[in-house]
Amino acid sequence: MERNFKIWRGDAEKGEFKNYAVKLEQGMVVLDAIHRIQVEHANDLAVRWNCKAGKCGSCSVEINGRPKLACMTRMNEFSPEEVITVQPMKTFPVIKDLVTDVSWNYEQNKMIPPFKPRKKKNGIDHVMYQQDVERIQEFRKCIECYLCQDVCHVLRDQDKKEKFVGPRFMIRLASLEMHPLDIDDRIPKIKNDFGSGMCNITRCCTDVCPEHIQITDNGIIPLKERVVDRFYDPVRWIYNKLFGNGAKQE
Amino acid sequence: MDYSDIQTIEHDVLVVGAGGAGIRAAIECADKGLSTGIISKSLLGKAHTVMAEGGIAASLGNVDSRDNWKIHFRDTMRGGKFLNQWRMAELHAKHAPDRVRELEDWGAVFDRTDKGLISQRNFGGHRYPRLAHVGDRTGLEIIRTLQDFCVHQSIATHMECTGLDLVLDGDKVSGLVGYWRDTGRFVLFKTKAIILATGGGGKAWKVTSNSWEYTGDGLGMAYRAGAELIDMEFTQFHPTGMVWPPSVKGILVTEGVRGDGGILLNSEGKRFMFNYIPEKFASETADTEEEASRWLEGDKEARRPPELLTRDVVARAIKKEVEAGRGSPNGGVFLDIASRRPAAFIKKKLPSMYHQFKELAEIDITEEPMEVGPTLHYFMGGIRVNSDSQQTNVPGLFACGECAGGMHGANRLGGNSLSDLLVFGKLAGDGAANYINSLTDQLDCSNEEVSKIIKAATDILNREEGKNPYLVHEELQSILQTYVSIVRTGEELASGLEKLQALKADINEVFAHASAQYNPGWNEALDLKNLIITAEAVTRAALIREESRGAHTRLDFAGERVEGLEYNIVIKKTESGMHAEKIQRDDPPKELANIAFASLKELEGENLGA
Repeated sequence: MERNFKIWRGDAEKGEFKNYAVKLEQGMVVLDAIHRIQVEHANDLAVRWNCKAGKCGSCSVEINGRPKLACMTRMNEFSPEEVITVQPMKTFPVIKDLVTDVSWNYEQNKMIPPFKPRKKKNGIDHVMYQQDVERIQEFRKCIECYLCQDVCHVLRDQDKKEKFVGPRFMIRLASLEMHPLDIDDRIPKIKNDFGSGMCNITRCCTDVCPEHIQITDNGIIPLKERVVDRFYDPVRWIYNKLFGNGAKQE
Repeated sequence: MDYSDIQTIEHDVLVVGAGGAGIRAAIECADKGLSTGIISKSLLGKAHTVMAEGGIAASLGNVDSRDNWKIHFRDTMRGGKFLNQWRMAELHAKHAPDRVRELEDWGAVFDRTDKGLISQRNFGGHRYPRLAHVGDRTGLEIIRTLQDFCVHQSIATHMECTGLDLVLDGDKVSGLVGYWRDTGRFVLFKTKAIILATGGGGKAWKVTSNSWEYTGDGLGMAYRAGAELIDMEFTQFHPTGMVWPPSVKGILVTEGVRGDGGILLNSEGKRFMFNYIPEKFASETADTEEEASRWLEGDKEARRPPELLTRDVVARAIKKEVEAGRGSPNGGVFLDIASRRPAAFIKKKLPSMYHQFKELAEIDITEEPMEVGPTLHYFMGGIRVNSDSQQTNVPGLFACGECAGGMHGANRLGGNSLSDLLVFGKLAGDGAANYINSLTDQLDCSNEEVSKIIKAATDILNREEGKNPYLVHEELQSILQTYVSIVRTGEELASGLEKLQALKADINEVFAHASAQYNPGWNEALDLKNLIITAEAVTRAALIREESRGAHTRLDFAGERVEGLEYNIVIKKTESGMHAEKIQRDDPPKELANIAFASLKELEGENLGA
């Protein structure tokens, strides 16, 4: 069976959709179809990919308008007549064809104060219990596909990249703040530098997460609550005025 | 010297490859005060380490306190059929626990035991539960931990930058020419030392768990620079890759499925692995389903189920079942965990397997068995290095991780790769620092050499017409898949070699359309020159090892031969082309030989005394 594709071709300057037809095999995903197009029609068609199993988060694109991993989007999700449109993520500058410049994300990560563990009790092993790590293990499933960054209104429509690190790094911050061994305090930075107030909880990031991480409910909202407790709780405000703004309150 | 038209970056040391080994090496170099750069073909955090699922082997003894480094060492040597470099296996087993604990200091969050320590799971060939893990996404945890740690060290990370060739000054390494994927522009790194951590060359086969990056770049670059390759005949076919649908054929199904109780069944519903227990392992393997079930329930007296025999044994068994007409509908066998464990357990311990099958094959592994078959997974062989310093025979050139050879001998145990990356990544960093500290020469990169490398790369773009690099690659893959597969014969290997020789002409004529800017066709064409060296090296080594040992099986030379233990095969470049020869192995240090051949009771006893 042949299927029709519209693939965005171009670079930072200009570009347009081009039509390709691909003969399908059983079980194909969109990335397979793109690879067939590379072999048969366009050797130079640029697409980023690695593991082809939804584990590395490289092949993020927008398929029929939805931010998705091309390697995990099966062709049988679409009706037989449907033309499949594939374009690069909108939130990041295009390098070529389906490949965008995601280096901004790496810059955000670098700004986050690193993990700072407490001392080991016996000098050899850290002790943490499964029930205490499960919460952050969810965040650590993140494969850095940046689909959540792509769909986030603050970054995508308002282009406020200088004000908000985006959902990916909010859950990275959550994974540090909720780490049982970590003793650093990032709450002031989360409010002032990383822009926790910018998120208005539309949960679009959670919807597109291929790892099904509850980004908003389990990550961003608890961080917002910690910020509110620290900075906007009147009792706490008076306490802080009197006794200074203490570090982590655990 | 005239590099006026190409970008030049200077570092004391350049690490090539940003998987677990590369990043760990870079961290060590930076820690030693060296100006350190790291280049990666992909974005940071996407290397194949991310695909490692089951866990990282280290004798922490958290789950079974009888474990210690000596038993890990013994298991590794037995798994490698005693062809491993003894010293490497020793260093690996001794250092692995510290490397795992260090990850925890850097923020890694492993699954826990009831006592709050790092939990460990069972795996093929490991006597005790030894693999620290995070569900079935251990590789992701490790690479993200290293990545997040390394961005705060003073390391220059150069992403989507591919190495083309090394530059030498006399006999010493002095730089590397590469190109940026996004612009297609060239870059010269001027360095005092280079650490290769480029992974394997699985992309030479059609059915593989490897991604596009694994084209033997480090092997090719090192070989062209005069470094030796070792043990190249030992290529690991992981027994359980997906077999359906066709587009995902080869994608890995973690050994953790079997470690957590999964069993292999043929089309008759028979648990066939009981028929394939090698004599050597008979005393340590359960011979009834009843005993295997007791082991799963935690009976310490019970022996391990045969599904957890080493990967070479299981892969060959699957192949035999399929050939005997007892395969699954799509040419594999069944891997069943649904009938063995409750759905909640499976989703908790094997979440990414659950999703992988659900989304790519529309199969719910908590209800139905999976279909699996062997897939080319890993290179035991690689660049020959000094066991302590990780230096090659080219001064200033180091190698670690999968691209280095010697640690795993004839077959690697699952879980020993992640620990290998960290142990030898660190040691390679140490090695490079020591080398640089004692280096007195002023090194340079000659304009002539640099220009030659660049010209070879641009020729591909400047041709009017030529071969389609994708199709040439497919041809190479089908040659290896057919002639250099899981079971080999001299005749097939010789035919394969002949076909590879003929393919070289096509590789010299590949042509890429359009500009160099993010051009996968051009990138593919450039990778081919490393893939062909890798493919030829495997084939030549396989041809002269006339015995069956570990991952190397010869139908025309069944079984291990006594003399097979006396040599390793080394590949090097000569005037007349690639040359493969047998080199004599040294006798093992007495102390290590004693450990390797000791009984388990003796080794466990020591630990109890401690």
